[in-house]
Amino acid sequence: MKKVIVGNHAVSWGVALARTEVIAAYPITPQTQIVEELAEMCDDGRLAARFVKVESEHSAMAACIGASATGVRAFTATSSQGLLLMHELLHWAGLGRLPIVMADVNRAVAPGWNIWTDQNDTLAQRDTGWVQLYCENNQEVLDTTIQAFALAEKLSLPVMIVLDAFFLSHTSEPVDIPSPADVDAFLPPRNAALKLDTSDPHAFGALTTPAVYMEMRKRQQEAFDQVPEAYRLIDADWDRRFGRSWGAIESYRTEDADTVLVTSGTITSTSRYVINERRERGEKVGLVKIKMFRPFPTEPLRRALAGIPKVAVLDRNISPGHGGIFAEELRSALYDLPSSRRPRVDGYILGLGGRDVTPDVIGECLDATRGNQSSSSSREDLWVGVKP
Amino acid sequence: MRELRIHGRGGQGAVIASKLLATALFLEGKSVQSFPAFGVERRGAPVTAFLRTSDGPILLRCEITKPDGLIVLDPTLIAAVDVAAGLKDGGSILVNAEGGPETFPKLADRFRVGTVDASAVAREFGLGSKNQPIVNTAILGAFAAFSGIVSLDSVCKAIESEVPYKTADNVSAARAAAKVLRISEAPALAGAATREVSRG
Repeated sequence: MKKVIVGNHAVSWGVALARTEVIAAYPITPQTQIVEELAEMCDDGRLAARFVKVESEHSAMAACIGASATGVRAFTATSSQGLLLMHELLHWAGLGRLPIVMADVNRAVAPGWNIWTDQNDTLAQRDTGWVQLYCENNQEVLDTTIQAFALAEKLSLPVMIVLDAFFLSHTSEPVDIPSPADVDAFLPPRNAALKLDTSDPHAFGALTTPAVYMEMRKRQQEAFDQVPEAYRLIDADWDRRFGRSWGAIESYRTEDADTVLVTSGTITSTSRYVINERRERGEKVGLVKIKMFRPFPTEPLRRALAGIPKVAVLDRNISPGHGGIFAEELRSALYDLPSSRRPRVDGYILGLGGRDVTPDVIGECLDATRGNQSSSSSREDLWVGVKP
Repeated sequence: MRELRIHGRGGQGAVIASKLLATALFLEGKSVQSFPAFGVERRGAPVTAFLRTSDGPILLRCEITKPDGLIVLDPTLIAAVDVAAGLKDGGSILVNAEGGPETFPKLADRFRVGTVDASAVAREFGLGSKNQPIVNTAILGAFAAFSGIVSLDSVCKAIESEVPYKTADNVSAARAAAKVLRISEAPALAGAATREVSRG
């Protein structure tokens, strides 16, 4: 069934089709519609889930941790300050190996108070032990929400799906909503190996001494190492059933390219428009979209970018004192390539706090990188569209 | 690709109008994308919403600054904000107003202008209150006749699928408004002459 819906409701539909059993959330713009719709679904019987209203995002994540530990499927959604307030508990979910799924609508961090899109809220959670998947359109949002539960439960890792404020959250477009029976066949009920059960008591979260803590961490890392292959299989299964796949990364018109954009989120979509226009003019340009930020898809990116002379990374985020976060991660991933095959990586900071990223802005980045004849990477990112 | 901007006041249904129009175009097999102006909305304050439609996929995910056409839900906005800002040459404007296009000479000089008394139509069908009629479905009926980019039947189907409250009255308002549309021909073609149109 195809329906014109906003990105927020694409999340809600995905959560409902996944037959999520516990939803705990606290409202925050621009996420609120996700849980509003879920609350209505719980109320009118479309979704048989327990909806837990809580007094803060910290409590929302705590409730999800408790629910997930009992073996049920748990979900929450948040944005910006709400996600930052959860930070402590994100580690609890991560190292607790609880397959919670959360949607974060990317929103800039205050001050100044800003409700518009920016990736700093989610990227600040990089090291909390959550898989992060960024989306480009509402169809990808719905599909990724359901895939996220399969991935989370396969490896006992929490998964965060990420969508841009307004450009996805409040934008309506046609979305193919799969049938419940087809989703049930793809995603069976959760079968937790370990769970809180009053008839078979175990202790969770006990004191973990230096004798065992490091092994816990190593197992977590080993689980992350398995994510790319696990996601590849889940995505392929999704493709077989529903005719769509997304990939941890995607190469778009990179054949014979001399310059490639590296993008995430909705900037990818507008960048495709720019690439199409430039290709029509005979320019050899392409793009690589990064969907999976954690774990960072190092091997796929090396394969996609080795031998391409110039790369321009568009970062709607900033690590103060270092630079654009995707650019830095990418430079690190490509460092081991032989120098003859290693692209020069230019970084661009743009679109912060929801500033519009138009085809002209993207074209400016592409032109600057194509025109730059230097053979070595500059460590200094260029700020685009900033007033003097 | 066509890009439209809808101006209204908070509570008049501008954002729903953009969604309904997107749904109507989608029912005709078009690609669509609609969104509100990204901000904080208050009842009575100026509100804008946007729509893109195309035969092919829509890749742009940025704001619309140079629309091809406008829909204005409240005539007082024309004095309050620069509604025609960025409107492309040869663009078109549909205004909810009692008077004809000639009552907006500054706009009719430059653009193709249509007017429809959507407030009266909405009141007739009991949509919203007497002082604050909800005019979005009525004006979309007139827009179908004015623009020719979407059929009145598709607009009515979109209302049936998306408007759970007073559905039949909203459909009737859309059909009634399409019959009382007044259009000034594009300035370059026929000055600012007004004609009545009647389309089922």
